[in-house]
Amino acid sequence: MAGLGTAIQHPAAGSGIARLRRREWLSVLSRAVRTRRGTVGVVLMAFVVAVAVVGPFVAPVSPTDFVTGPFSGPASGTPFGGDALGRDVLSRVLAGGWLLLLMAAAATLFGVVVGAAAGISAAYLRGWADALIMRTVDVVLAFPSLVFALLLVSIIGPKLWLIVLAVGFSHAPQVARVLRASTLDISERDFVKAVELQGVKPRLIMAREILPSLITPLTVETGLRLTYSIIIVAGLSFLGFGQPPPAPNWGLMINENRIGLQLNPWGVVVPAALIALLTIGTNTFSDAVARVALGVERRAEKDSPLEDHVLVAPR
Amino acid sequence: MVLINVKATATARSRRPHPIRRLVVRRLGAGVITLAIVSIVVFAATQILPGNAAYAVLGHNATPARLHALELQLGLNRSAVAQYAAWIGGLLTGRMGSSLANGQPVWTLVALRLVNSAVLVALSGLFGALIGVLLGAIAALRKDSAFDHALSVAALTVTALPEFVVAISLVILFATVVVQILPAVSLLPPGTWAWQQPNLLVLPVATLVIVVVPYIFRMMRAAMIEALESDYVEMARLKGLPVWRVLLVHALPNAVPPTIQVIGLNLLYLAGGIVVVEYVFDFPGIGQGLVSAVSNRDIPVIQLIVVILAAFYVFMNILTDVVALLATPRRRIAR
Repeated sequence: MAGLGTAIQHPAAGSGIARLRRREWLSVLSRAVRTRRGTVGVVLMAFVVAVAVVGPFVAPVSPTDFVTGPFSGPASGTPFGGDALGRDVLSRVLAGGWLLLLMAAAATLFGVVVGAAAGISAAYLRGWADALIMRTVDVVLAFPSLVFALLLVSIIGPKLWLIVLAVGFSHAPQVARVLRASTLDISERDFVKAVELQGVKPRLIMAREILPSLITPLTVETGLRLTYSIIIVAGLSFLGFGQPPPAPNWGLMINENRIGLQLNPWGVVVPAALIALLTIGTNTFSDAVARVALGVERRAEKDSPLEDHVLVAPR
Repeated sequence: MVLINVKATATARSRRPHPIRRLVVRRLGAGVITLAIVSIVVFAATQILPGNAAYAVLGHNATPARLHALELQLGLNRSAVAQYAAWIGGLLTGRMGSSLANGQPVWTLVALRLVNSAVLVALSGLFGALIGVLLGAIAALRKDSAFDHALSVAALTVTALPEFVVAISLVILFATVVVQILPAVSLLPPGTWAWQQPNLLVLPVATLVIVVVPYIFRMMRAAMIEALESDYVEMARLKGLPVWRVLLVHALPNAVPPTIQVIGLNLLYLAGGIVVVEYVFDFPGIGQGLVSAVSNRDIPVIQLIVVILAAFYVFMNILTDVVALLATPRRRIAR
């Protein structure tokens, strides 16, 4: 009631919809955490994030010090043995995760913001803006994400900011498609029509009326994109296009140490396991959010089971 | 009244071209335009935009003389439009100049790799589709059984794994630490084809199959459950048809078309997925070629491989839609 009153007095300040949607969004998240999948996802993510964030402060030795023989097995001071150059695997693992998390998060944020802006504008403005944006989406989609990033790296070099922008930008088309579809639906609703009749500018309608209504699909999409960002950023550093060598980095470590798998597998197994736990965690949690948001858990039989599928292909 | 309407629609339909053909023509047109833009983007990004490609190749130790020589070799002294026209002409006629890394003709270099990658993608797609459809159908028949739940959880887990983690895990399990029954690298001797050494293909194909199966499985399971719960399957059961006939003739044909779409999307993914997997196994395909070209800043090779991957994406997308449309019993009589 109070929300409705505010809407009538200050149309540009956003209707009660925004507050209502935020409450719905929080309830979706908290319900998702309480499902079995959601709990598993959150626990896995929390574990890996804790290792990556606290790790650099508790690493027993410097990640670049030569403390043991190349590929020497686990010993008393070095529980996971030495890496290709005789550095402590444990210390390198502890120090080598935070940048991956930071880059993946930044890329996701960038991609979701660009994609959401493009998708909402395309659907709401229609006409030439829609045509232009969707044509651009088609072109960007024709590049596999990793190939797009490699193309940019080949020109400008393996700069970290460039990788973040490239990975983020390659997410934007999918986000744009999903949000365009949702916006087409929302922009026909009465509350949008009502604000339009009050003469509010399209930009404000998109930001204050449409965007808040899309917060749930946006959350689902962000979860998916986060998993893919981690995979691509880690993949690029595995290929050698990330942090340059002496630095500890999970993706790079797997590549550096895989020639010594027979001698000391821990240099590969530990970073690979941490990356896997992280992506399984984000994926399981976003699956839980998607299920709660789409109401899959208690869906009526009239709906098609085909709609469960948020994911139909990798990346 | 109804009769007249039907007649009118029938004559109107016969005058227009067949709806599927019209769709194909329209999609092909859009695809060609998309590809033209892709080629301009690739060309502009690699050759024209950031100052000078010759400088990018030679790096900071470029002397004016070497810079000038390379500029002539890449044709950078001409106008952007002339450069693009020459490049696109070479792309279409197979004359693309030579690799900056080893001087071999670009098109020959890439063509050999393309064949190897095509073998990899075809085998992965084939096995991935078969296994995914089979597992999906079984899980749907045994819905809510322990087997079904285990498969669903496994699918969710595997979809999260990066390809290189799957690949490395297979190497640890089958080629190094645990048992050593398969080669850890798939280096082909020059002049041999991928299919001449099937044991080298096992791990790369297995990796890609593991990555795509969960998606195909999930779609097949959902589509099969829907088909099994439908009225026509119930009707077929009530008629007393044998179970195999109900499944193969009534349920399966309606569950497969949506799955075809997903199989197609996964083949599209393979265009990017081969990059990391070929790199892990040193498999001489275009994915590994792209990685080494990027390391060497071999611009002509990068341009060609990226355009090939984009073309594969665009045309595969169209093919998928058309096949899915043709395979849908309901949609064959189009609007």
